[in-house]
Amino acid sequence: MAKIKINGKELEVDPKKNLLEASISAGFDVPYFCWHPKLGSIGSCRQCAVVKYRDENDKVGRVVMSCMEPASEGSIISTDAPQAVEFRSNVIEALMTNHPHDCPVCDEGGECHLQDMTVMSGHTTRRYEFEKRTHKNQYLGPFINHEMNRCIQCYRCVRYYRDYAGGDDLNVFSSRNRVYFGRANDGVLESEFSGNLVEVCPTGVFTDKTLKKHHTRKWDLTTAPSICVHCSVGCNTIAGERYGTVRRIYSRYNEQVNGYFLCDRGRFGYEFVNSDQRIKKYFIPGATEGVNKTAAFDFIAKALKGKKIVGIGSPRASLETNFTLKQLVGSENFSTGLSNFDYQLAKLAVDTLRNGCVKSPSLKEVELSESVFVLGEDVTQTAPMLALAIRQGIKNLVKPKADKAGIPQWNDAPVREIIQSAHGPLHIAAPVATRLDDVATTTYYNAPENIARLGYAVAHYINSKLVLPSGLTEDVKTLAGKIAADLLASDKPLVVSGVHCKNEDIIKAASDVATALKEAGKSVSLSLTFEESNSFGVVMLNGKPLEVLFDAAKTGKVEVLIVVENDLYRRLSQERVDAYLSQFEQVIVLDHNCTSTTKKASVILPVGTFTEADGTFVNQEGRAQRFYQVFVPESDTAESWRRIAELAAAIEKPFEASSFFDFTSAVANAMPQFKGIDGIAPPPDYKIEGQKVPRESHRYSGRTAMKANISVHELKPAEDLDSPMSFTMEGFQGEAPSALTTSYWSPGWNSVQSINKYQIEVGGALHGGNPGLRLVEPAAKGTYYQSIPDAFKVSSKGLVAVPVYKIFGSEELSAKAPAVKERSGEAFVALSTADAKKLALNEGDTVEISMGNQVTSMNVIIMKELTEGLAGISVGYCGVNPELSEVSFKK
Amino acid sequence: MLSHLRSIGLALAHTFAKRETIQYPDQKVDLAARYRGRIVLTRDPDGMERCVGCYLCAAACPVDCISLEAGNDEETGRRYPVTFRINFSRCIFCGYCEEACPTYAIQLTPDYEICEYDRKNLVYEKKDLLIAGQGKQHGYNFYRVAGMAIAGKDKGEGQNELPPVDVKGLMP
Repeated sequence: MAKIKINGKELEVDPKKNLLEASISAGFDVPYFCWHPKLGSIGSCRQCAVVKYRDENDKVGRVVMSCMEPASEGSIISTDAPQAVEFRSNVIEALMTNHPHDCPVCDEGGECHLQDMTVMSGHTTRRYEFEKRTHKNQYLGPFINHEMNRCIQCYRCVRYYRDYAGGDDLNVFSSRNRVYFGRANDGVLESEFSGNLVEVCPTGVFTDKTLKKHHTRKWDLTTAPSICVHCSVGCNTIAGERYGTVRRIYSRYNEQVNGYFLCDRGRFGYEFVNSDQRIKKYFIPGATEGVNKTAAFDFIAKALKGKKIVGIGSPRASLETNFTLKQLVGSENFSTGLSNFDYQLAKLAVDTLRNGCVKSPSLKEVELSESVFVLGEDVTQTAPMLALAIRQGIKNLVKPKADKAGIPQWNDAPVREIIQSAHGPLHIAAPVATRLDDVATTTYYNAPENIARLGYAVAHYINSKLVLPSGLTEDVKTLAGKIAADLLASDKPLVVSGVHCKNEDIIKAASDVATALKEAGKSVSLSLTFEESNSFGVVMLNGKPLEVLFDAAKTGKVEVLIVVENDLYRRLSQERVDAYLSQFEQVIVLDHNCTSTTKKASVILPVGTFTEADGTFVNQEGRAQRFYQVFVPESDTAESWRRIAELAAAIEKPFEASSFFDFTSAVANAMPQFKGIDGIAPPPDYKIEGQKVPRESHRYSGRTAMKANISVHELKPAEDLDSPMSFTMEGFQGEAPSALTTSYWSPGWNSVQSINKYQIEVGGALHGGNPGLRLVEPAAKGTYYQSIPDAFKVSSKGLVAVPVYKIFGSEELSAKAPAVKERSGEAFVALSTADAKKLALNEGDTVEISMGNQVTSMNVIIMKELTEGLAGISVGYCGVNPELSEVSFKK
Repeated sequence: MLSHLRSIGLALAHTFAKRETIQYPDQKVDLAARYRGRIVLTRDPDGMERCVGCYLCAAACPVDCISLEAGNDEETGRRYPVTFRINFSRCIFCGYCEEACPTYAIQLTPDYEICEYDRKNLVYEKKDLLIAGQGKQHGYNFYRVAGMAIAGKDKGEGQNELPPVDVKGLMP
């Protein structure tokens, strides 16, 4: 630790930091633009000027850029010395000369870092009277709006997009005061992480296009801490509502999970909440229109009296919902809502993490890993933020180059100059090309069986006691040897795999590689991805797979089926689900959006999405995280667990629990694997200075006019008995515990940059710790699976289907959002060049393909890396049979 | 005694003074243009809505009686309020909204005759608020000085603007 003095205050800081980080961490307000905690310093905006003194006797000092000076021992600086203040005010005045006069129509207004810094630097009157430079804008796709006039040339966007996120199509063009940040030509931004430009850009050049459609200022949003529902990573988000519709999602900082960023699916997939496909009424047999709650529950009470009931939960529903359903129908009659195949696969992955000796890393730990081996996953499509973390992780082995040259790691430009495009080992084995291939050391495209065999070969070269799969070619052996050597050469290797190849052996092989590395004394971690937001949790909850439940129900003559937040047609083939559903007298479906399953339901009960419900998800790391209801909808929707409890009361089996906290405690008390999940956020009676935490900002507007058209008498606001938050602006206005962060704001800091004020030190943990609780920890000793599959053989019956996931389109909920839909395209079948030639098919052809008895029309895509005999199927797309099998073509 | 006489004298003198009381409603009060009465939404010199839905009036309102929802006109690129509601039963006519408005859209007028028997009639929607003219502030057109491109005014055609940069230009 180095002793430094800022404004006369003595501080002990990390000498590896720079003076700007040290000043901000110590709570001093120093303006900045180009520096970002994740991007480092380049000293281009000249805005963080401070005065540095040679020693105690130096009364004059010199102006330095605090972001470019190390916090070395004995540094004495002043952030408010007159020279520094004047310098900063002159710089901001120059930056503002071309800034357009359009804050009123700018979506960034009110949460703009440029506005904050202009005010902070004291530039209040414009003196420049000459003409302003203007720029043409570009079309950048359905997510991002471009308004180049507002640019202040801080270079953050390209540094984030190219250097951090690995994008290639955003760049800086032209020279001097004409520099232009955009694409070479108009077109969709290709990176899956382009949405972060909205938060990275200090002004309104890049803004959220989905927000633009229903623009609302930050201070008018009702916001609550939430968890992303679009993949298993469980990024922390803040969801904002106004006038009964969700307006936007932005990142909620969690050092251990997503840090500052989100992927585009998480940021822009929220619009399914506002969809016209939302179920808002109760539907019962005999009534063509929706009925009210009383009528629905009267019907249920009659129809279910004395009947046997089975229940199907869902990996996209919260733990509380699944648990409540399980309590209602009994353990014997509860299904996790996964098909047998998917359940066994997910269970294998969960068991590997729960019983194995290798730790499942948080994304932060992934960022700290040194070498990476990915088996059978296109991580960018299946767990996007994990891919972003891997991109950072592989830089760790080359970073010491800069240390040797005496350059601190925060000094971004020279560090990049030294490292160039070098990176640590990243080996990828997948059926098709992945979006991480641009930084991959080696890629191996093959059938899932052969990927597993490669994995086992790697395990063998790490631990020679393990079996080497027979019949491997020399090339594969060499590759496996190289991968093993690379993993062994680093201290922190990371193995990534998951369920998305729909192959158990891949997960087993990945586990064996990780276990072998662990035994070799490495601090290895094993990250497994799952399909949905709560797959991990629902598997831990135990339950039958769908087929088992249905078959048992048939023999047991069960009359009633309850399905909660699950579209069974995404789990099993249409034919089988139709047959299964027809065996019940009543099919009661609780869901928020119309699905193929709700079409078959006899009774539909409306429930809330993640913005209208409280709950807990367990992410792929095994971390239980809480999400909170954002607003009280006008339609009659409630959380699924509450609906199930009401249903239980209607059939005279009432639960003791009533509030959300009761249900969470019930889960924690009933099942030891969930011990402690009731403690991951403060209980509902928690208060700060006798007050709740408000969901609305202190400047929430329109309170007495919003509903004046309905009634001029203002109604009592809704009370929240489930959480320590209020639905109004009344409450404690200071910083709430990290699990209850409804929004980021600090005096003078209206933009998301105010996150700095919520952290112990810049880029570090949140005050009071990062929210969430890990439910799995590695065992001391692990076992090997060693179930080596036979090599892939071309089938004579047809092409073998391999799943191909797309970030936009494969996931159920986000696919209903218009912006994501625009990016997802149609269902496709990918063919190898050889197979396409054999079948005389060309790219873009539309073919009817059949898998099982389900025929789907699909577009043909040629993937030259695909192994002959395989057909890549766009899983999760509309009409695609979830049970993958041999593919045959109908012309 | 003297003070009594003086008081009577003053009272008598007032009998002949100019009347302050007027015969309202037959006779109207003559109010200054800056009087803070009924709120209107004005139009720019081209006859287009001035309001751009920036929400600043709503944020400035101390009684939170203004609520609006901004929308975009896809054809012209202009932002406008889809709904604009003022609950005059809450309004205190402080004029903060007018001060906050960056486009001179919202203005207070000298019309004070907005009494109603029914409180709900004091809730004014956009159709009740929007007038045909420019109100007190003549000649100002926000989009002429703002950098945004709208139909009829492309980039670089606003006041004090240079033509758009040629990104591919090679001149130093």
